[in-house]
Formats: sequence, structure tokens, C-alpha cells
Amino acid sequence: MAHDAVKITYDDKITRWFLIATLVFGIIGMLVGVIVALQLAWWPANTHWSFLSFGRLRPLHTNAVIFAFGGNAIFTAVYYSLQRLLKTRMWSDKLSWIHFWGWQLIILAAAITLPLGITQGKEYAELEWPIDLAITVVWVIMAINVFATIAIRRVHHLYVAIWFYLATIITIAVLHIVNALALPISFTKSYSVYAGMQDALVQWWYGHNAVGFFLTTPFLGLMYYFIPKAVNQPVYSYRLSIIHFWSLVFIYIWTGPHHLLYTALPEWAQTLGMVFSLMLIAPSWGGMLNGLLTIRPVWSKVRHDPIVKFFVVALTFYGMSTFEGPMMAIKAVNLVSHYTDWTIGHVHSGALGWVGGVVFGMTYYLVPKLWGRPLYNPKLANTHFWLVTIGIVLYITSMYAAGITQFNMWWAKTPEGLLKYPNFLETVLAIKWLYWVRLLGGSLYFVGILICFYNVVRTILAPGAVTVDETVQFVPERIHTAVTLHERLENKGFLFSVLIFIAIIIGGIVELIPTFAIESNVPTITAVKPYTALELQGRDIYVREGCYNCHSQMVRTHATEAQRYGSRSYAGEFVYDHPFQFGSKRTGPDLHRLGGKYPDLWHYKHMIDPRSTSPGSIMPAYAWLVTNQVDLTQMSVKLKAMKRLGVPYEASHISNAEIDYMNQANLIVTNLTNDGISVNAESEIIALIAYMQRLGTDLKNASADELKNN
Amino acid sequence: MEVLFFLIPLSLTLAGAGLWACLWAIRSGQFDDVESPAQRLIFDDMEKAKE
Repeated sequence: MAHDAVKITYDDKITRWFLIATLVFGIIGMLVGVIVALQLAWWPANTHWSFLSFGRLRPLHTNAVIFAFGGNAIFTAVYYSLQRLLKTRMWSDKLSWIHFWGWQLIILAAAITLPLGITQGKEYAELEWPIDLAITVVWVIMAINVFATIAIRRVHHLYVAIWFYLATIITIAVLHIVNALALPISFTKSYSVYAGMQDALVQWWYGHNAVGFFLTTPFLGLMYYFIPKAVNQPVYSYRLSIIHFWSLVFIYIWTGPHHLLYTALPEWAQTLGMVFSLMLIAPSWGGMLNGLLTIRPVWSKVRHDPIVKFFVVALTFYGMSTFEGPMMAIKAVNLVSHYTDWTIGHVHSGALGWVGGVVFGMTYYLVPKLWGRPLYNPKLANTHFWLVTIGIVLYITSMYAAGITQFNMWWAKTPEGLLKYPNFLETVLAIKWLYWVRLLGGSLYFVGILICFYNVVRTILAPGAVTVDETVQFVPERIHTAVTLHERLENKGFLFSVLIFIAIIIGGIVELIPTFAIESNVPTITAVKPYTALELQGRDIYVREGCYNCHSQMVRTHATEAQRYGSRSYAGEFVYDHPFQFGSKRTGPDLHRLGGKYPDLWHYKHMIDPRSTSPGSIMPAYAWLVTNQVDLTQMSVKLKAMKRLGVPYEASHISNAEIDYMNQANLIVTNLTNDGISVNAESEIIALIAYMQRLGTDLKNASADELKNN
Repeated sequence: MEVLFFLIPLSLTLAGAGLWACLWAIRSGQFDDVESPAQRLIFDDMEKAKE
């Protein structure tokens, strides 16, 4: 049956705005990246302002590049390609704009709260609960708009890119909600409902799937749309792209435990994570080859077309990092690679090479189309390309070299079997020069995006052409049978929503578990006791300052680890840790067995001026911990919240919180006074010292029998 | 580690939703033709209406 052609005007304005937001937040996120890279190479860059210290800026960098730069880029691709693939305008312009402004406000809130130390203390999920709620609402609004647009589509077939977008939308919603569950004690502070090892597992289930479903699947969708468009060639094998999608979706969700190898996580869960991570090579490389083979018929374009250049570099890095990742998930490799700068190199080969590459390729493809005029200066785009390429090479090679040096030095032994470099600081000083190389690489990349932005702005501001939304004529495949088809589609949409809802409800149940399961949360190590009020306050400060960005609290199950740091960590030791603070990087040493290792005076001096106790240290100074005073009235609120989460405080602990706090604080003050330091008992530094001195000490009183089962 | 007993069913639910979507796609003929959708993307521009 022949239908009449309909005229469709796409909403391109929303795409233009998302694209500009992508570049603006790319610049900001990468600038913060350059600043934190400088701080690692040259500690005075931490300044004496708390809001500019590394521990607070590093989460700002990761959140900005992932969710602001990456997020806006995803939305640019979705809004542009979805309408064209489905031959319909977005279902609701209003929802599109709520999505746009909602997301930018969330970014603004993140940019304000993270430097202030308002954080949940879990990597890539640092934002506090009100922002988490806003993310959920905005995400659902986008999801409704996308699903409704699919429902009113004028073509039957859903192109493979759309499947990748859908997987992103659904999975990220579930991951975000489950991982962000927390008990608020105020507008700016909450505690994760999970504790210790369980919190770690939820976090890395989230963390790795965020890599999978925020930094991989949406950008694969982007690739499957924009590469064929840019080179004017059909996908090499559409069949392979479908296999790529389904296998990726089914395998990815199980890989999270590879972040917790050699910890107290059950052995079978570790193996599960490792095996599925290895399996991921197959679909990933299938996708990479599919992309490269799509470009092959017009391979000569690589020489002069910046769009194609960026896509080729992106695919190459996708292939590299999806080979490297599974290798790093092998237990034996992970033992030496984990906690080193190799991980940082790996992440940036994926982020700068793959994500950055496809985003810039898409940008140069879209700008002339969206603004209806040629790119201001293609030569500048070429300069951008070379800055990006050289920048990445410098970045990742310096991090590989640093990582290899680290694990060589951490594991080196003398002929007598002792640690060759027992002082951790030596291993930091050995790689410090590589941090300068990394800074150079990152700076080149940053200059690249500045040039890109200049080029785009000059294109947009060029006189002449008019910016109009694209209008097409299309003969619908299915409009006359709309009654039945629409009904069917809506039914499917309904069924899909129900399934998602069920998935989310199950996520909600997880929230109740820590409460229901108090019995099984009772530590199997009787010697492990809840933190005192003072220590808990110190822990909150530890979380606020982002210490976990550089220090782990997890001595893995290997003799050499124990040789350097002390007894290995047991799951039962972390049962009161809301949130867990295992960390994922050792820029500084592990801290889990720090308690009792140094006198209070050492900690005091070390926090005020790390160089006074550890010459050459790159750690920021935390002078404000002396002047900042703790609000003691909050202590009973905090203990009460912990009790609700299953920490066995007694009523007297809560009612005497302030008295207990001061009693313990005064002991430390007396110690310091004897050493000639005068400091107020309510100073934050006293609480932090108490926490440091408590770390990992309960184990000394634990019975060997209990540890056997832990 | 009782959280495993929730993460695993949750992951299975997600995988189940994926499986359902996959079966739906196959049954509704989404993958009956795995050649022309790739071609079609390229010829899209020819349908453009010149204002």
C-alpha cells in the first residue's frame, strides 16, 4: 500500500545546544584534569585553599569529563541520530529542554559541591543524595522522551545504534539507583546503606558498568551511526554489529568483581569477574574491526579528512583498551597492575582515545550540518588531531612507565627476602618525573580541545548561511495501519516499562537488606568494634578530603603486601564502614594498618606539612584542619544514623556522644601538649588523628579461629 | 556477603530484560533483513526535501 509522503522537521536546536555544552564542559573538565596532573607533579599547586586540594578536585575532574563532557556528547548523538533513524521529531520538545537544562544544573551543582568536600566518598558516584535524586528524575524524563519517540516512529526497523542507546538508558538508571542508596543526615551529608566489603561490591558493580554503559555502549551507538555517515559507506557487517550489541550487553554486567581481586571477596565471585572480563575481548574486537572495515573502502580519506582521522584513532584505542582491560582483569596481572598508574594509563587510553576520538569526529561532522556552513578552518581541525594523538601517546606511555616502575619497586626483594624499597616514598620519587610528562601530554590534549572550540565558534559566527532545522520528506512505512500498530507498540512499550520497573524494584529491595540483615552483619570478628564518636568524625573528614583518591585501605591477600603494610585485611574488619574506603590507587601507601604506627605528633606534623615528616612527599598540606572546628551537636545525629544502618551503638553511646568525644579528644590534645603543640580539642585534626590511630588496630585482639573463617 | 544474593538476581533481571528484548526483536522481524538497514542509512540523505 502506498502512503503519502509526510514532511518531517527535526529538532536540531536541542542538538546544537547539547553539542556546545559538550565542548564547554569538555574544556572545563579537562582544565581541571590538567590542574590535578600539575598537583601530582608539583605539590604547591594544591594551594592553601581547601577547595583546590587534589582530593577534592580529582572527583570534580572525573565527574566533569564523564558526566558533563561524555554525558552531553551522548545526548548530542542521541537527539541527532534518533530522530533521523526513526523519521520523526522527538516526541516532546518540552521534555527535551527539561532534560537539557536539568542536566546542566546537575553539572553546576556538582561543580559547586565537590570542591566544598560534599561527597558520598564513592568513586564516580561522589555526588550527594539531592543531586543523585535530580539525576534520577532527569534521566527518567529523557527515557520517557526516547521511548515515546520510538513508539511514534515511522520506520519499522530499529537501527543498531538505537539498541546501544536503549541499553545505556535502562542500565545506567538501575546502576545509579542501586549504588547511590544512602541514609541522609542533612541536605549535604549521607551515609551509604551498605558497609565495607558489600559496599565495595555494589560500588564496583556500578563502577565497571558505568564504564560499560556510560562510556562504551552509547559511544558505540554513536560510532555505528556517524562513521557510516561520515565515510558514506554502509556498516561493513550489519549482522556483526547486532552480534556485537547483544553479546556485549549480556557479558558486561558480570565483570565488576575484577576491581576486587585478592581482597576478601569470595573466590568464586573474583573468578566470575575475571572470566567474564576476558570474554569481553570477543565482542569488543568484533566491533572495532567492524568499524575499521567500514572505513576501509575509502581508506585514503584518513590522509586528509579530520573526521575520519578521529574515528580511526578512536577505534584503534577502543581496540587497545578493550584488549588491555581483560588482560588487567587476569588475577596474576592484576596483582601487580592494581593500585598503580598503569590503571590511570588504561583509563585514559579509553577516555582520551576512544571517547574523545569519537566525540571530536562527531563534532567535526555535525557542526557544518547543524549550522549550515563549512568548517571555519579544516587545517585547525588537523592541528587538533595531532595534538590529541601526541597528547595521548605522552599521557599513556608515561603512565605505563610509572606503573611498571611502581610494581617493580613495590615487589622488589633483597637476597634475604626483605623489601628492597621498604620506604614507600622512594617509589613515589622514582616516578615523579613521569608525572611531568603526563602533564605535558594532558596539556597538549587540552590545547587541542581549545582549538576545536575556537574553530567551532568561528564556524557558527561566520556570516552568510542561515541556521535552520533540517526538514525531510518521507513516505511512512506504517502510518495507515497506525491504529493496530500503535496499539501493539504501546503494548510493547508498556511491557518494557514493567520489566524496567521490576528491575528497579529489586534494586529498591537492596536498600532494605542492610536493615533486615543486621543479624548477618554482626561481625564474625568479635574484636572489631564500632568507631567512637571522635573516630567517626575523623572518618567523615577523611571522606570529605578525598583521601581515598590516593590511599587504599585494603591489604590484599599476598605475602608481599603483608610484608609492606602488615596483616592482610579481613572482610569482618569493615562491617561498620559506611561507605567503604578501599580506594583504587596507591599514589601514597596503603593506610589500613596505620593505627599505632606513628605517635600523634607525627600525624599532626604530617597533616600540616607532609614534607616535615616525609621529605619529598607530594601530598597536599591540610592546614585548615587545625582552624576548622567540629560541630559537636552533630555527633549524636551521626551515631543515630549509623545505628539505623545496623551499627550496634548503645543508647548511652548516642546520649553521651559529646562527652565521649571530648574525653577521647583531650587525650590526644594532652599527648600533643606534652610535645609542645597547643591545639583545640574540637579541631578537626584531632578527630582525624583519632581515626588514623584506630585504623586496622582491632585485629590485634582478634582470635585466630575467627580470622580463619573471614 | 549477602548483597551478592541481590546483585546477582538484579543482574539476572537485567539480562532477562535484555533476553526478552532480543526475543521480541527477533519475533517482530527486526533482524529478518540484516543487509538493507546498513544501506538505507547511507541513502537517507536522498530523501531530503529541498525547501
